[in-house]
Amino acid sequence: MAEERVLAKPTAGEPEPVEASENGKTRWQKETYEPARRQRAERDTPFITASGRPVRELYTQEDLAERNLAYDADIGYPGEPPYTRGVHPTGYRGKLWTMRQFAGFGTATDSNKRYKKLLASGQTGLSVAFHHPTLVGRDSDDPISRGEVGKQGVAVDSLADMETLFDAIPQDQVTTSMTINHPAVVLLAMYVAAAENKGIDRRRLAGTIQNDVLKEFIAQKTFVFPPRPTMRIMGDIIEWCTAELPRWNWVSVSGYHIREAGSTAVQELAFTLRDGMEYIQVGLERGLDVDTFAPRLSFFFNAHNDLFEEVAKYRAARKLWARYMRDRYGAKSPRSCWMRFHTQTAGCTLLDRQPRNNVMRVTVQALAAVMGGTQSLHTNALDETIALPTEENAIIALRTQQVIAYESGVANTVDPLGGSYYVEALTADLEREAEEIFAKIDELGGMVEAIDNGYPQREIQEAAFQYQKEIESRERIIVGQNEFVEETGAPVDYLYIDDSVEEQQLDLLDELRRRRDTDAVERAVEGVRRAAAGDDNLMPVVLQAVHAYATVGEICGAMREVFGEYQEQPIF
Amino acid sequence: MSERPIRVLIAKPGLDGHDRGAKVVARALRDAGMEVIYAGLRQTPEMVVAAAVQEDVDVIGLSIHSGAHNYILGRVVELLKEQAVEDIVLVVGGIIPDRDVERLRGLGIDAIFPPGTTTTEIIDFIRERTGNLAA
Repeated sequence: MAEERVLAKPTAGEPEPVEASENGKTRWQKETYEPARRQRAERDTPFITASGRPVRELYTQEDLAERNLAYDADIGYPGEPPYTRGVHPTGYRGKLWTMRQFAGFGTATDSNKRYKKLLASGQTGLSVAFHHPTLVGRDSDDPISRGEVGKQGVAVDSLADMETLFDAIPQDQVTTSMTINHPAVVLLAMYVAAAENKGIDRRRLAGTIQNDVLKEFIAQKTFVFPPRPTMRIMGDIIEWCTAELPRWNWVSVSGYHIREAGSTAVQELAFTLRDGMEYIQVGLERGLDVDTFAPRLSFFFNAHNDLFEEVAKYRAARKLWARYMRDRYGAKSPRSCWMRFHTQTAGCTLLDRQPRNNVMRVTVQALAAVMGGTQSLHTNALDETIALPTEENAIIALRTQQVIAYESGVANTVDPLGGSYYVEALTADLEREAEEIFAKIDELGGMVEAIDNGYPQREIQEAAFQYQKEIESRERIIVGQNEFVEETGAPVDYLYIDDSVEEQQLDLLDELRRRRDTDAVERAVEGVRRAAAGDDNLMPVVLQAVHAYATVGEICGAMREVFGEYQEQPIF
Repeated sequence: MSERPIRVLIAKPGLDGHDRGAKVVARALRDAGMEVIYAGLRQTPEMVVAAAVQEDVDVIGLSIHSGAHNYILGRVVELLKEQAVEDIVLVVGGIIPDRDVERLRGLGIDAIFPPGTTTTEIIDFIRERTGNLAA
């Protein structure tokens, strides 16, 4: 019984119809609430979540009964099924979430400096943002990279850049997440090679590659290859990581970008978990025992504006994942059922006007992530809308997490909002509605087929349009955008990446191409092409190529020759 | 006497994949009665101008969030000049830092819409600039 999205505008003096049975809430509505509303109408605004979900004036035990919620079966205890309240029994009392700020810009030297600064300021894990060319498997000197070098992230063309990026950073002591998808084999190989060149045993490496190939087609759009070849690559990565990197998360199945593209909370939840299920399927099709690889699947969610809806979303995700892993995929190990996730506060909610207000937005969003039990968190800087962060603004973003961790009290107990009538009702509703979306995708034949069909893309597009309409009609008030718009305060200084970065990187690349063993590179790249065309696992040959200082563009180019290049059919 | 609908090409040049805004604008323009050709992602400046000429558009709307706007827009303007179609209205949205706006406007870009611009503002601007208030 999904509630219709209604603009509830009762006129003062007209009572709402009451239910037949006289439960406590009904009585309260008749005797106390309605008379109060007749005295003074509620504010003229739809009481909806950030996703447009109508919110009732009050939630009580009756809302839980309406949803047939039972404590043990539906809410339970942290560290035990259903895992609604958390995957670790001690929560943040055991270990605070990792403060993992996404960073990268300019050359590897520039970013290495920023990483050291962030680590010295109390950040507890690294997260690499690569520039656009790397994200789409191209070198900095590719014609298509003109103007893009070092702008949106750090330029990494070869192992040489990766070595510079991690210069004097102990890869065996720091965990590193890398946001890279279709080219993930290459960058993972570079990270491993850089560590091995320092004498570090690869089995000690801990970190994550995003590697969520499917969401590239519906949200992030840094795609390279078509869907089916990316699933082959995924299979190779699962096999290789399971065998070689016991501490490495081979995927960060992402809802963040889906939400940024405009989806609702339920869509973010459902499409993400469903993508995760597709990857579990890939591993099973390779003949692997689910409990050998499922524990190293991780997730990445958005923390949007509506705190309660977000907390409910994370709780529903834990509950759903555990149940599906056990029931649909036969997982026996508890670790296969733990929905572990990283969160990033919602970039799409931040404004370039009155940018200091963004600190408040990020604080609320970060609170949601923490009260939802995230394992790791990135908080956006106040200048996120316009630029990559200045050092000062990056530190403020980090301090936001530290203030929450040490001063707010939310880390003192596990799942502090558990038992809230509102949050438990929302959790149950999100769970049920996500399953309706799972059913639709099952009907379509799975997520790859759903993407071919355009189903998630249309849903996201529709939700994005709806949200914009709400802002333009002022149903949805955004401070500084359609209300409270007077500009105050001095203008904020932004980080500006100028084109000299491109020159620097091109010089480095040029020099690399001259000093390396060209024959070895050609042979190694040919090895990649052969593996791609055949059945051999890509990782060993990519590692070889990477050690020979073959570039991202050369290795991905060989793969593109075999797999083809994805052409998007635009849906709007 | 009916005017032909305003024809608009919407494209995302360069590698940037953040197409939420471009799609929302494309849809709003279509709902407002304009004919929208949505070229999508990974368009080179050459592809943009070729499509604009081929589709005989009145307006080109480019969306760029990648920081590559200086090179890309400079090249698009250059190509429009070469093809002698400078009368096409050229509007841009996305993330264009303030310090680049003046120079880009000086190149002949008709409008740079900052984040927070409403679809109504864009529609009104296009109608007014193409002199086509009926469409």
